[in-house]
Amino acid sequence: MSASTDSARSSGRPGVLPWLAVPALVFFVGFALIPLVGVLVLSFTTWDGIGAIHPSGLTSWRAVLSHPGLPHAVLVTFGVMAASWVVQTPLSILLGTFLAGRQRYRAVLSLVYFVPLLLSSAAIAVAYKALLDPNFGLGAGLGFEWLSKDWLGRPWLAFGVVVFVVSWQFIPFHSLIYQGGVQQIPQSLYEAAQLDGAGRVRQFFSITLPQLRYTVITSSTLMVVGSLTFFDLIFVLTEGGPGDATRVLALDMYKRGFQANLMGPASAIAVILVLVGLGLALLLRRLGGRDAGQSQLEGI
Amino acid sequence: MTTTLTKQQRPETPLRDERPTRVRRPAGRRNWLGGLAGWLWLAVVFIPLYWILITSLKAQSNYYASNPLAPPDDPTLDNYQLVIESDFISYFVNSVVVTAGAVIPAVTVSFMAAYAIVRGWRLRFLRTVNALFLMGLAIPLQATVIPVYLIIIRMNLYDSLLALILPSIAFAIPLSVLILANFIRDVPKELFDSMRVDGATEWTTLWRLAAPLTRPAILTVTIFNALTIWNGFLLPLVLTQSPSRRTLPLALWSFQGQHGVNVPAVLAAVVLTTLPILVLYAFARRQLLSGLTAGFSR
Repeated sequence: MSASTDSARSSGRPGVLPWLAVPALVFFVGFALIPLVGVLVLSFTTWDGIGAIHPSGLTSWRAVLSHPGLPHAVLVTFGVMAASWVVQTPLSILLGTFLAGRQRYRAVLSLVYFVPLLLSSAAIAVAYKALLDPNFGLGAGLGFEWLSKDWLGRPWLAFGVVVFVVSWQFIPFHSLIYQGGVQQIPQSLYEAAQLDGAGRVRQFFSITLPQLRYTVITSSTLMVVGSLTFFDLIFVLTEGGPGDATRVLALDMYKRGFQANLMGPASAIAVILVLVGLGLALLLRRLGGRDAGQSQLEGI
Repeated sequence: MTTTLTKQQRPETPLRDERPTRVRRPAGRRNWLGGLAGWLWLAVVFIPLYWILITSLKAQSNYYASNPLAPPDDPTLDNYQLVIESDFISYFVNSVVVTAGAVIPAVTVSFMAAYAIVRGWRLRFLRTVNALFLMGLAIPLQATVIPVYLIIIRMNLYDSLLALILPSIAFAIPLSVLILANFIRDVPKELFDSMRVDGATEWTTLWRLAAPLTRPAILTVTIFNALTIWNGFLLPLVLTQSPSRRTLPLALWSFQGQHGVNVPAVLAAVVLTTLPILVLYAFARRQLLSGLTAGFSR
């Protein structure tokens, strides 16, 4: 044993600490890790969700990979991901910078800003479904032609609505992250820039944005990986429709598994979902030099 | 005034300002673009919320006739009565049971694990456990719902509240351990040492030293998990069946399915299911917001 204080500290009771981690480990292994392995195993079987499970080799994978629904679902998933990133990131940075100012009224504004964060996705989707109803919704009531379209009944409109509602729900969260990031930028940088005669815009692009580099990575990672789990919102809002216009991978998995009772193919889609998630997390980590998990290690 | 000061100084060599320069920036040149975005976004957030609230107070009969953005002439609570009569009290109880039943054990076991990981970092077993939890962060856990469903069926728990509680605990663990471990790491080593000198066991040190010192983090993690589970939709959708087992988000969805045309009633249900969190927001805004970002903001 080394003489470091670390090992000396609890050398008397070496056996206690591991046991403290066991309860958490049991839950995690039982309901997260085993299911993770299980989903891979199930993708090589045939199961209707009720009866017996039969091994069936590559049948499910063949069915999934040859089905035109898969490339479409992947396309929609990445489409929602990309569009919501493009909408959310600039607005969140702008709002985060704005909220980072210390004026009183901004603190009051932020009271309202964060309310969407408190609502469940289901509640938000239910409310927007009512609001956008072409006959009974807000647009119809106001008599505005442009607002009383059949928002959820046309493919591109429905896609746009999903992106809008996602942004409505999550921009407050990301603004909060950027607000924290902006408040950590040393004031001296701005003072120096001001003395050099840099204007507000110049300061933003030369100081604020570069200094927010890691915040952008953190926020983007959460946005991108999080967008894979927009199940509840889309399920309640459009059920993947009209047709399959908003049928993202998570929804595709649910519909094949729990509505069409094809658990094998649904598991194969779940495996693809896991791989996409892991791939994106690794990619973003490479881009930023570290991932969300590590940047959280920096503490609050 | 501050801006003119700066402008006058600029041509010469930068002079030292007599006043503390830190005061200057907030009052400095205005952030027009940010301000514009701020107010616009306020409208985007506020108008739907306002519409939800006032519509929920309108009678269904004269709802179509009125201006949708005008407050109701004679507000009524009939919609709320209809929602409550549709069993929302029992759905509320279900949500409370599931949330409390999952969050309390989840935070407890996560705290114990985080303590073990920080204090026993030299043990390979605990480093492996930590690596497993970190991996759990990168995986969309929704993707495991089919095997979870299978396990719940095999445990004969399908269509029970316990079926929702067990996976919720598991899904909450990775992030909770990560955040709590970060905070336990900040506890000065000398405090642990002095506990040891006093002959305290790890178990006493865990509850008497680490827990009180990391209370803000425990609160943050508790709030974050409680919100996530309170708002959860997929697990109740997949793991329960009978109406008596519904939690609020699921109940809300099926309420819209039944009363879709009755917009005021649907919106009353939206308000009612959100009310508990709004009350919490009113009383503990700071803790709630830090719980929401749960340490994501650096």
